[in-house]
Amino acid sequence: METKEEVRTPVSQQPYTVDVTEEVDGIGSKVSIEINDKKISVPLGMTILEACRENQIHIPTLCHHPDLCIAGTCRICVVELEGMHTLQTACSFPITSPLKLHTSTPMVRKARRHIVDLLLSEHYGECYSCVRNNNCELQSLAKEYGVDQYTFGHVTEPTFERDNSSPSVVRDMSKCVMCKRCVRTCIDLQEVGVLEAIDRGDQTHISTFQEKPLADVICINCGQCINRCPTGALHANDPSDDIWNAIDDTQKHVIIQTAPSPRAAIGEMFGQEPGTSYTGELNTALRRVGFDKVFDTNFTADLTIMEEGTELLLRLYKALVEKDGSMALPQFTSCSPGWVKYLEHFYPEYIDNLSSAKSPQQMFGTLIKTFYAKESGIDPKDIVTVALMPCAAKKFECNRPEMNDSGYKDVDYGLTTRELGQMIREAGIHLPEMSQSHFDQPFGDASGAGLIFGATGGVMEAAIRTVAELVTGVKAEDLFDNARVTPVRGFEGIRYLEIPIADVGPVPEILKDLIPDFEWLKGAVLKVAVAHGTANAKKIMEDIKAGGKFSECHFIEFMACPGGCLGGGGQPIPTNEEIRNKRANAIYTEEESLPVRKSHENENVTTLYDKFLTEGPCGHLSHKLLHTHYTKRGKYIA
Amino acid sequence: MEILKESKTIRTGPVLFSHYTRGEGVKKAIQLSREDILLEVKESKLKGRGGAGFPAATKWMIAAAAQSDEKYIICNADEGEPGTFKDRVLLMEYPELIFEGMVIAGYTIGASKGIVYLRGEYEYMLASLEDYLYVMRQDNLLGKNILGKDDFNFDISIRLGSGAYVCGEETALIESLEGNRGEARNRPPYPANTGFNGNPTVVNNVETLASIPHILIKGGEWYSKRGTDKSTGSKLFSVSGDCEKPGVYELPWGTSISELLSMVGAENAKAVQVGGASGICIPKGQFNRKLGYEDLPTGGSIMVFGENRDMLAVLKNFMEFFTEESCGQCTPCRIGNVKLLEGVEMIEKGNYTFKYINTLKELGQTMQLASKCGLGQSSPNSFISILDNFKDEIFHSNRSNGRSNGRRKN
Repeated sequence: METKEEVRTPVSQQPYTVDVTEEVDGIGSKVSIEINDKKISVPLGMTILEACRENQIHIPTLCHHPDLCIAGTCRICVVELEGMHTLQTACSFPITSPLKLHTSTPMVRKARRHIVDLLLSEHYGECYSCVRNNNCELQSLAKEYGVDQYTFGHVTEPTFERDNSSPSVVRDMSKCVMCKRCVRTCIDLQEVGVLEAIDRGDQTHISTFQEKPLADVICINCGQCINRCPTGALHANDPSDDIWNAIDDTQKHVIIQTAPSPRAAIGEMFGQEPGTSYTGELNTALRRVGFDKVFDTNFTADLTIMEEGTELLLRLYKALVEKDGSMALPQFTSCSPGWVKYLEHFYPEYIDNLSSAKSPQQMFGTLIKTFYAKESGIDPKDIVTVALMPCAAKKFECNRPEMNDSGYKDVDYGLTTRELGQMIREAGIHLPEMSQSHFDQPFGDASGAGLIFGATGGVMEAAIRTVAELVTGVKAEDLFDNARVTPVRGFEGIRYLEIPIADVGPVPEILKDLIPDFEWLKGAVLKVAVAHGTANAKKIMEDIKAGGKFSECHFIEFMACPGGCLGGGGQPIPTNEEIRNKRANAIYTEEESLPVRKSHENENVTTLYDKFLTEGPCGHLSHKLLHTHYTKRGKYIA
Repeated sequence: MEILKESKTIRTGPVLFSHYTRGEGVKKAIQLSREDILLEVKESKLKGRGGAGFPAATKWMIAAAAQSDEKYIICNADEGEPGTFKDRVLLMEYPELIFEGMVIAGYTIGASKGIVYLRGEYEYMLASLEDYLYVMRQDNLLGKNILGKDDFNFDISIRLGSGAYVCGEETALIESLEGNRGEARNRPPYPANTGFNGNPTVVNNVETLASIPHILIKGGEWYSKRGTDKSTGSKLFSVSGDCEKPGVYELPWGTSISELLSMVGAENAKAVQVGGASGICIPKGQFNRKLGYEDLPTGGSIMVFGENRDMLAVLKNFMEFFTEESCGQCTPCRIGNVKLLEGVEMIEKGNYTFKYINTLKELGQTMQLASKCGLGQSSPNSFISILDNFKDEIFHSNRSNGRSNGRRKN
């Protein structure tokens, strides 16, 4: 590098120089660059950050997130480019011509250290009393740059009131570093648009419409902002103190149900590589923590398939055979509470398309406080139901006023993967060292179909396996290779599948009272679609509104979170596509090892219909206990 | 706030304030090829008059070369730099120069739409500017097949800013025009490639555009002979502060500060702030320095400070301005300016250490190097230059420097 001039003209007032001598061909061509004097060749248009990472050169980042568009605002990733007067941000700088850059010059190190010092000066709180202690990007940067004092001071009082109005997401803006990852998540990734920067200069901060509490705006509670917040400024509304109290109360019978996605991710909280399921170990750990019973949410996922699948067949029968024009089609899944609230706000006119079947979490809560209470002879008022979910919106869902069909609050607490990981740690348990144990009966067995609910496309695959088999009478394994419905798998934002029904079988016993025959489905083509992330959901909804191809679908699975539940807002941090992929692999691999892989073959489920819900799926009692209704909320805030 | 509406042009000048017949520039332009106009502008060596000094011809060439169905010419009339009021004079008295400059630019780069981003506080001019555009349309200086030139269509609309200083920065201005929060974009890509609504866009200052018709008529060579080698032509200066004749002056580049001071009646000045709040502060000992890109570049703001001015108070005013006007997105600018202001307040109270003040100056350098846009990159200029150039006055003996004594805190 050139030595610095003694008297420097202020950078902004130096004239620009433009070097237009280099001719680069176009997309796909390579550019030769030098990073720290090492010559390398990179694809045209690659950013400096990508080029450095591919060459094992570490560049610190803060506002950058692989799921989000580039911001270039925190400035921590600055590098020095020869011939340029100012430092450039590696994250945003596309390489379009040969250049020489340096990633660790005195100027670069000093600038980065200053930036960390500045951020710390405004960041309220001490690391040891923070929910993100040891998993905070600002803390890591402070360590990386050897911060041993607050060069530019440090705030000692909170600068903002904490917003804990929402049952799902808590905003603690005193810890905000203004990276706007939450804003980009909410606007670009999810296309909800609840959060935005307001005011100017040193008053700039992230807020909501008219600075209203989060509970009063159109937040869908997906919690994706939490997953992408680098600090403790956003976190879930944590019920673990109340759960500990219930566990410690000998009068209370505390039951936890565990969803499949947390099991495939909780290992990450104990230093394990993403992509390992700890289902059996978790069961042991939960009993050690003090839960009286551990049930498998996959059981009610199977039940959901029975109810929702039956509902679909009924809707189709009424619409196509009985010509009932009031039957709303396509039917939308309703197990993602973030998606449900998104629809209630943004597309309330489509509320009738939502399946009335409750989510697996809520079905379970109701069953525990009715069927299980009766069977086990425990007064439901003494039962506390906890749901381990990968989800922030499940907290909101269990607090919906209508969710008390058992006569009590069906699910008392929604607990995220992160919060449970903390409880396990607090109990002195290292999860990966636990021995494996089984779920408790009578809800201890579940099918693989219930398990794959955790991945985007999983509900659809589970439904297809059951509906196709029940309608055609042919085994799902014979219809699809090893019962894998691969077209609905994967992370493509929107997937579409047509399933021709060549032949039909007799109506199975369990549906006999509802549908006389399946002849009307002979030769029909079942059209289904899958979307994950509300931005993709929006695309489908707009297409439906415009009368496009998706309006002709019969059944559509929507998940609010990118990747489905395994990418939920309650999952371990960090998240990115690679991690989500590994979690999905863990789920699909575990699924193939299970003896039962179709919901209608789950014996616990058939027993339940024999003993308790005797009118079968969508019968009177199941309607009372396992189905629900929704609220047209609209997007205008009073 | 009282708005000063009458213009205060003190001196007529050789270029902008010289005689011009309406329509002449456009008439000349449509007889030329686009390449000829680019060459003419290149020969003039005209540099952007907003302050950054980017060669106008280069910007036009990039936009002209870009492939796109839509291109835009944006006139940056968000004159917000403290102490600058020369664009106001041009807008009020020479709108034909600006608008024709836009038409010529549109013809040259192949744009059919022009937008004037007018400072919110200049709303009072809106009606007369709209009237002027109406007349231009009547005269076919705007509209379809301008002056009979086949397929040359160009029209201009005016949009008002809302008072954010940062929107004078070209990419923040574009964000604002698109209806977003006024925040600078990452560069590259530059607006000449990817600007308004993603289309190639030339953003030029009012004065840059107003120079264009003169350059076309009298020639790039004629223009380049004025001023100095690297700073050609003349420049409008908005002179304010402790002087007898404040106002707008058209002077050739290369004029020294002392020449300017005697012209405006401020021989006794102790300091001159060149380039507005984001510029640098020159003490008496450096008044022989010359205005121009070689030495003292400026968008035109000249603030004169007399003997009795408290330079620390001057600095505090600037830093308060930046603390408020930072767009708030990038760390160095959003928090850095607060820290610099706190430093000024520490000096004010006598509660500082030289070590910390030096740390703040280093922070200022980081801000110059690492901020996202020109605002943060230039906001420490006055902090550094005032503290360097007015040491004796500011670190005056009756302001203690609060040396630490190492005792236990109570």
